[in-house]
Amino acid sequence: MGGWAIAVHGGAGVDPNLPPQRQEEAKKLLTRCLNLGISALRSNASAIDVVELVVRELETDPLFNSGRGSALTENGTVEMEASIMDGPKRRCGAVSGLTTVKNPISLARLVMDKSPHSYLAFHGAEQFARQQGVQLVDNQYFITRENVAMLKLAKEANTILFDYRIPNESCGAGLQMNGLPLSVYAPETVGCVAVDSEGLCAAATSTGGLMNKRSGRIGDSPLIGAGTYACELCGVSCTGEGEAIIRGTVARDVAAVMEYKGVGLQEAVDFVVKHRLDEGKAGLIAVSSSGEVAYAFNCNAMFRASATQDGFMEVAIWD
Amino acid sequence: MGGWAIAVHGGAGVDPNLPLDRQEEAKQLLTRCLNLGISALRSNLPAIDVVELVVRELETDPLFNSGRGSALTENGTVEMEASIMDGPKRRCGAVSGLTTVKNPVSLARLVMDKSPHSYLAFSGAEQFARQQGVEVVDNEYFITPDNVGMLKLAKEANTILFDYRIPTSGYETCGSGVESPLQMNGLPISVYAPETVGCVVVDREGRCAAATSTGGLMNKMTGRIGDSPLIGAGTYACEVCGVSCTGEGEAIIRGTLAREVAAVMEYKGLGLQRAVDFVIKDRLDEGKAGLIAVSSTGEVAYGFNCNGMFRGCATEDGFMEVGIWE
Repeated sequence: MGGWAIAVHGGAGVDPNLPPQRQEEAKKLLTRCLNLGISALRSNASAIDVVELVVRELETDPLFNSGRGSALTENGTVEMEASIMDGPKRRCGAVSGLTTVKNPISLARLVMDKSPHSYLAFHGAEQFARQQGVQLVDNQYFITRENVAMLKLAKEANTILFDYRIPNESCGAGLQMNGLPLSVYAPETVGCVAVDSEGLCAAATSTGGLMNKRSGRIGDSPLIGAGTYACELCGVSCTGEGEAIIRGTVARDVAAVMEYKGVGLQEAVDFVVKHRLDEGKAGLIAVSSSGEVAYAFNCNAMFRASATQDGFMEVAIWD
Repeated sequence: MGGWAIAVHGGAGVDPNLPLDRQEEAKQLLTRCLNLGISALRSNLPAIDVVELVVRELETDPLFNSGRGSALTENGTVEMEASIMDGPKRRCGAVSGLTTVKNPVSLARLVMDKSPHSYLAFSGAEQFARQQGVEVVDNEYFITPDNVGMLKLAKEANTILFDYRIPTSGYETCGSGVESPLQMNGLPISVYAPETVGCVVVDREGRCAAATSTGGLMNKMTGRIGDSPLIGAGTYACEVCGVSCTGEGEAIIRGTLAREVAAVMEYKGLGLQRAVDFVIKDRLDEGKAGLIAVSSTGEVAYGFNCNGMFRGCATEDGFMEVGIWE
């Protein structure tokens, strides 16, 4: 027990027909980000720095749904959100509605460290970004051709994306999340959790949100206790159907179950995914202060990678 | 046990020198809102309707910090937020950054019931409001001379409002703060007190609901979101209870205060009052906050770790109380 541990995710709920080449790309990215985090941990970087570093890398790569490569709003633009939490004193920072900030997670960090508040959004957050001198780009920078096409598909399917499960007429129909077939839209929110060699935990989550979402829609990723949570015991980052994660206060519940029921990390993670999601589909990654790593999901797959100091390492997609 | 129960609040942390006539006004408003809720409960309205109804009344009255009478941003404007949660299936709705919507809690309800999402903010929320045809007014409507005066004081004090406790310079924090005036969010309470509003209800069917609404922090940065619209922080309701919180935003967010009351009941098996006391005592660290709560079995409880909380509560068996101080 003890020692560092790290996990990263690129979203729960995966197109079952995802081409092998895309699967490879995803695994390579997860591996690269994991290794980035591992190097940092080996150099004794603190958990909070590690999670920011790793999520920045995931945001910069256009593959998953965060930063560049974010899902598009109904207007074809990008609005990004993120949150970060530092276990030791449960300090936190969150941002929503970002349109020009290259690395949302870093702005969330600045909200935590340099602003008098905990959560800034939309034009107020953009204003703060300018004051802080972070790197800014045009909204175009975040938009990929792939996502433009996905938006078109989503609109043509004439389906409104829901934060929650719409009842399926045909029971057990094609894999869906948020009311859309996974082939059209998969969450692909990104996140990282880490515990460093001092036993300090941290967590960070970042996303472009729901494809074809209404402008102004906020999901679970920037909400402390829902998409992200870290405390003295553990660090947690979630992904999946926004409403399920919000109403299930999923990230907080992993820690609450450990604290109040006295169970270990894996048991807590399993319990929460089994009991707190109802019909919702989601997944999460978590680390504990004693150097364990765990994950769980109740949908068909989750892009994930994890490693611990004793040499364990795994990168995977499917169940 | 059983039967309905209701509680309302108008904020935790009260100016110890609040003039008596202001105290009376506050108690009258709390009483009026409580009675509104009680009538509705006696007419068998479900909890979710009652909390919305009561919070609308609190928003409309300019006395507390929600709707009309909201605290002002650093720019002298009003940006309001609210959230509502329905215990039975833990459905929820939230809004932030509202500038023209007369009753934010009702828009939060519409987000829950009529939108495909759980939380809408700023221009997107305003757009949704127009589509839904809710009553909209100029931003001026929400601004009171009282708050314009308060904003000026806050700026002159040259103090930045923090969501968290700033250490009082020259004092070791631990256990002291003997001489420093009562502060919340970095400002003396005489200049700014949270005065967020909220209501929690359990109806005769044992269903719980909760709602919270606020203009947020005086002199806040535009775009600042506090705990009130955050499910699990400022508001929470589930099958066992309904909770609404008020106080220092960061403390409530990092303490996931509203969810905590329910979690402690569910995972530790504590009853409502014990859960409330536990959470106030152990989850706030140096933060100052308060909360009201009801349980599905018809109990009502509240707790706060600051000098006062505007509150009122009542249960079906005839208990009724309106208070400000400890």
